[in-house]
Amino acid sequence: MSSDPVLKVRGLDKVFHAGGMFRAIGKDKRAVAEVSFDLHAGETLAIVGESGSGKSTTARLVMRLLSATSGQIYWNDTDVTSLSAGALRPMRRHIQMVFQDPFASLNPRMKVWQSVAEGLRVHQPGMSTKARRDQVAETMQLCGLDESGMDRYPHQFSGGQRQRIGIARALIVEPKVLVLDEPVSALDVSVQAQILNLLKDIQEKRGLAYLFISHDLSVVRHIADRIAVMFGGRVVEHGDAADVFASPHHPYTQALLQARPISHPDERVTLTEPMGADEGLADTGCAFKPRCAYAKEDCAGFDNRLGEGGYACLHPLNLSKHA
Amino acid sequence: MRHTAGMLEIRDLALSVSINGKAVEAVSAVSLKLEPGRILGLVGESGCGKSLTAQSMLRLGEYQGVQRTAGDILLDGQSIFSMQDEVLRRVRGGKVAMIFQEPMTALNPVFSIGSQLTEVIRLHLLLDKAQAKARALSLLADVGLQDAEVLLRQYPDALSGGMRQRVLIAMAMAADPDYIIADEPTTALDVSVQKRIIALLRGLQRERGLGLMLVTHDFGLVAEMCDDVAVMYAGQIVEAGSVKAIFDQPAHPYTRALMGCRPEVSETGGALPVIPGQVPAPGHWSHGCRFSARCSLATDECNAPVAPEAWSDAQHVARCIHVPEVL
Repeated sequence: MSSDPVLKVRGLDKVFHAGGMFRAIGKDKRAVAEVSFDLHAGETLAIVGESGSGKSTTARLVMRLLSATSGQIYWNDTDVTSLSAGALRPMRRHIQMVFQDPFASLNPRMKVWQSVAEGLRVHQPGMSTKARRDQVAETMQLCGLDESGMDRYPHQFSGGQRQRIGIARALIVEPKVLVLDEPVSALDVSVQAQILNLLKDIQEKRGLAYLFISHDLSVVRHIADRIAVMFGGRVVEHGDAADVFASPHHPYTQALLQARPISHPDERVTLTEPMGADEGLADTGCAFKPRCAYAKEDCAGFDNRLGEGGYACLHPLNLSKHA
Repeated sequence: MRHTAGMLEIRDLALSVSINGKAVEAVSAVSLKLEPGRILGLVGESGCGKSLTAQSMLRLGEYQGVQRTAGDILLDGQSIFSMQDEVLRRVRGGKVAMIFQEPMTALNPVFSIGSQLTEVIRLHLLLDKAQAKARALSLLADVGLQDAEVLLRQYPDALSGGMRQRVLIAMAMAADPDYIIADEPTTALDVSVQKRIIALLRGLQRERGLGLMLVTHDFGLVAEMCDDVAVMYAGQIVEAGSVKAIFDQPAHPYTRALMGCRPEVSETGGALPVIPGQVPAPGHWSHGCRFSARCSLATDECNAPVAPEAWSDAQHVARCIHVPEVL
């Protein structure tokens, strides 16, 4: 990519301290460790992983909804890692977020247009009500919503429509980056397809950059240009989406790909149970070792760093195809 | 394998729900058969009436104002609507068990796993405390949970989503039921955990010859597990047949459209196929084909009522008059 990244993250770390009354018995949890990536205008980077992998924490860190323990976050060229809330506020229109649950993320007591216009109230306080309503109508149209719904309340809309409202709400301040945290996983497959198409359409029209958080690899394959696979708080593989899907190097990526739903009953295989069921993470060495089918002695001493090849593994898979 | 006679059968069932104080039909003339040793998938979008149908199989909807307006549900030949409360209580969780979608909310957070699991066991099997504990331990082992002794003393918040779903499966198995109704049992779980729960359910079902009904919107799960499939749209079964027939040759335009939306079967890059519009709410159904408003094949003839077996072959049936044009 020739342009400068609209979002840049370097060596991001987040440690949650066990606090309060459990301070004495609690253990600190390093939820995100040494995460780095660039995101350019017009592209989609997907962060995939299972619950507890640190993908949602990463999203909240880059949004500055959480403070990083160490590392840097840049919005365009500005280091925002330690800016105060007041200094950050006018800059927040650069990066907006769409949440997973369209039922929980809209205020049920606000009319839809008021919810969508919230960002304008903050970022363009001088705007007249008329101008604000006009802009809401325009943004709702962009998101495939009829402007006649402006004065209704969220409960009068279906899940898919509510997710469109959530997207309109993020887009109204014309951000450069959209952070989408599992935006379609609460939706029916038919509605999911509509929302994915909408997101692609908007990206083309506005040149937006998407940071797309998901555990669903079929969805990710459809929408992402690049993929970062997270496990135990670290990026274990990072690369071009097509390459990662065609020849995953990290055993965890391969395991995730194999766990994808099948598309025809003829693809059924006999699953053995338990396949390393619900194993935890290793404290030292490669975190994936307890679940890895390819683990060897030396994995216990691995430093978990992402190497030049875009994977964090001592015994990578499928190398021949790329050598 | 255990010998079981009979089946759990829904015959021409119609259900109404209460909307603003008025009874509105939400399920129309649904017929289904759940046989021992088989897995039946009930598939459709939200709002098609599939969960309502599933819950009615244990008369659970009655507490939320769902009423049966026609038809019957027969458990091994006996109508569940003629059962005394006392009998029905023993059937629920005894002969027919249910697994719900949300492993996070289906367990009571203030009781230990042990007390919730042994409660079910003692209620149905009339065992004493020590025997119930022994059974609880063996059930937890059956569902692939280790350190069962420790687990019994733990509370739901200490367990991951996958572990909770295993506990719920153990609970469903507690009284050795003949039939299990599972409503979206894997939807809230990570993909890798989903596969393990699928393997577990499939293993238990085969080993014990259970009749399993799977309510889901996920064709991937159907492909993975089911023997038979029924597709529901707007309160009706629109297509039913063997899993192979329905995947090899989906007949109803709704089934075809729903399968086509899945990102895993589409080409990357381009737009995904969509079904325009949304499922009409109960009370807003057309007299003819209920899918016609969203269907690309709809003609004037679709405004007349369509028989459930308007099209059929050896392996399946579809409620559509235009099937020959698409096959």
